[in-house]
Amino acid sequence: MTASTERTDPPDSNATSSRPSASMRARSSALLATGDGAVLVTGICGRLGKHLARVLHRDRRVVGVDRRAFLDKPKDIDHAQVDLRRKKLKDVFRPGDIGAVVHLGVMHDPRASAAEHHSWNVAGFSKLLEYVAQFQVPKLVVLSSANVYGPQPSNPQFLTEDAPLLGGQEFSDIRDLVEVDMLAQGFFWKLPETETVILRPVHILGSVHNAPSNFLRLNPIMTVMGFDPMAQVLQQADVVHAIELALRPGIRGIFNLAGPEPVPISEFIKLLGRQRLRVPYSLARVVLRRMWALRLTTFPPPELDHIRYVCMVDDRRAREVLGFAPRVSLEDTVRSVDEGRW
Amino acid sequence: MADTASRALARLDAAARGAPGLLRRLFGAAEQTTDDILERLLGEPFADRMSRVPLALGPAGVDPFGLDPQWAKYALATVAMLHRRYFRTDVHGIENVPSGRVLLVANHSGQVPLDAALLGAAMFMDAEPPRIIRAMVEKWAVSLPFVSLLFTRVGQVVGVPENASRLLAQGEALLVFPEGARGISKTFDQRYRLTEFGLGFMRLAMETNTPVVPIAIVGAEEQYVSVGNVESLARLLRMPSFPIIPQLFLPGGQLPLPTKYRMWFGEPMRFSGDPDDDDAVIDEKVWLVKQTIQSMLNRGLKERKHIFW
Repeated sequence: MTASTERTDPPDSNATSSRPSASMRARSSALLATGDGAVLVTGICGRLGKHLARVLHRDRRVVGVDRRAFLDKPKDIDHAQVDLRRKKLKDVFRPGDIGAVVHLGVMHDPRASAAEHHSWNVAGFSKLLEYVAQFQVPKLVVLSSANVYGPQPSNPQFLTEDAPLLGGQEFSDIRDLVEVDMLAQGFFWKLPETETVILRPVHILGSVHNAPSNFLRLNPIMTVMGFDPMAQVLQQADVVHAIELALRPGIRGIFNLAGPEPVPISEFIKLLGRQRLRVPYSLARVVLRRMWALRLTTFPPPELDHIRYVCMVDDRRAREVLGFAPRVSLEDTVRSVDEGRW
Repeated sequence: MADTASRALARLDAAARGAPGLLRRLFGAAEQTTDDILERLLGEPFADRMSRVPLALGPAGVDPFGLDPQWAKYALATVAMLHRRYFRTDVHGIENVPSGRVLLVANHSGQVPLDAALLGAAMFMDAEPPRIIRAMVEKWAVSLPFVSLLFTRVGQVVGVPENASRLLAQGEALLVFPEGARGISKTFDQRYRLTEFGLGFMRLAMETNTPVVPIAIVGAEEQYVSVGNVESLARLLRMPSFPIIPQLFLPGGQLPLPTKYRMWFGEPMRFSGDPDDDDAVIDEKVWLVKQTIQSMLNRGLKERKHIFW
């Protein structure tokens, strides 16, 4: 391979990933040092992805990857409507100016099959990692979740980053999310030149359509009788802010992200002014299982553990190393689930 | 005759007219009234003590571990009644407990953990400034409805080492029973003889450089007299023990016997060294604490003239 052909397709992905060209390495270190280059955002068409794109594209070139169409896309964002598992993804990397990859494209649709989840989340992410390695992208930010620790009665009140990832123990449907986190962790030693950052935020609230936000949109909000665990929430704007911080050169490692101070779940309901419906656990489980089978709810029964046990994180590392502190107050974070509903 | 009747009627009328005001006072200032009642029953300024407890409360009026002073108040009031009126605890040397982080290490006895509750009451009612102690609970308790909620709100945490270190770093007083279930389920013939101590508390003290205050509690062993232990049943029910307590079959015997509790707080002990050292090395230090508590117990028993007063 000559220097003039550096922008062409490498002949064999395995050969190049093990022996990258000198020019590529030089470019990669230049991108790393300046923090320049385009930011590739997977899952850009999600609510969080769009929010991140709008914040990032002011300073840096943003390239989006999503199999969905980006409808109201700002003009200067390049969007590639490709499936992460397709070879076409490689074309996005080919120009060689990708300075960072932000992986938001994790599928968590409780209705999709386990096979679909695995193929998308694990196989798709492996493909992405392969290209990050091959094209020597200097930065990789993966948005994992504090759910990988899982709510357990034996959890310490605040989990640190080195706590075991037991999320799949009681809720096997999220094993692929744990696996994504593990794959990214493997990248720390597999490719030490790439600065890999894993963010594990607590429940993200906002206009996003995830389980915690949907839960707080219920009226009345169901809680389990006799349980009122402490919980942490984080506004989506704060997540975007943390990703921005993680993109700075020199940042690597795993960071738990917690929002404002923890409060009991009943406090969220109080802040929203909603009705509260207390249901005994045994009844709640039976009813939820029936409703789930009849497709009447979007909450899989194991998620009940989130309103029974604590799954809170210690965010000291994020505060000290990443310099992250939540900017949105508890009240605004909780009330943001009702904003922008249509 | 008619005069007294009409006067009584008039008084009734006045009472009826006064009723709405009374109701309003009852509901409107319910909290104020309960505080008053508590203070009258205990004869001490209870609410005032509560306000002087050093707590790190978050936005919902709850600390990071879920302790809610509003809940703790009622729990403490209940145990304070037991402490003052039922068991009439004598507390000695509580001034030995240093401010800031401290491990309270005590003997465990009495089939039901009333000793923990009374120790909590003593630290709240008799220590200056008043403190709410933290104890560690089994993780199965956390999976029980209401129990988990109550324990959390009154300041109990799940018994994992991470929580213990964090509480100590927060400057809390942490209660430890190194005998665990072995101690509380002793039969009557084994009373006031310490069983084997666990080593975890010593490693924790060394790791966090926390002073250990040895505590001897006399009076708990006689509250429920256990004459034997049905091991096969205990194994079947997966309980630490299945005590035979004859008094439970007597009317009113379900209540603990109103023995007089006596508590001795020893001088704080400090330990240094490698917390990950061999068990044998740690064991020597644990032995020191155990011997201190045993000799405090022996002295306490010798001084005691009567079990009930």
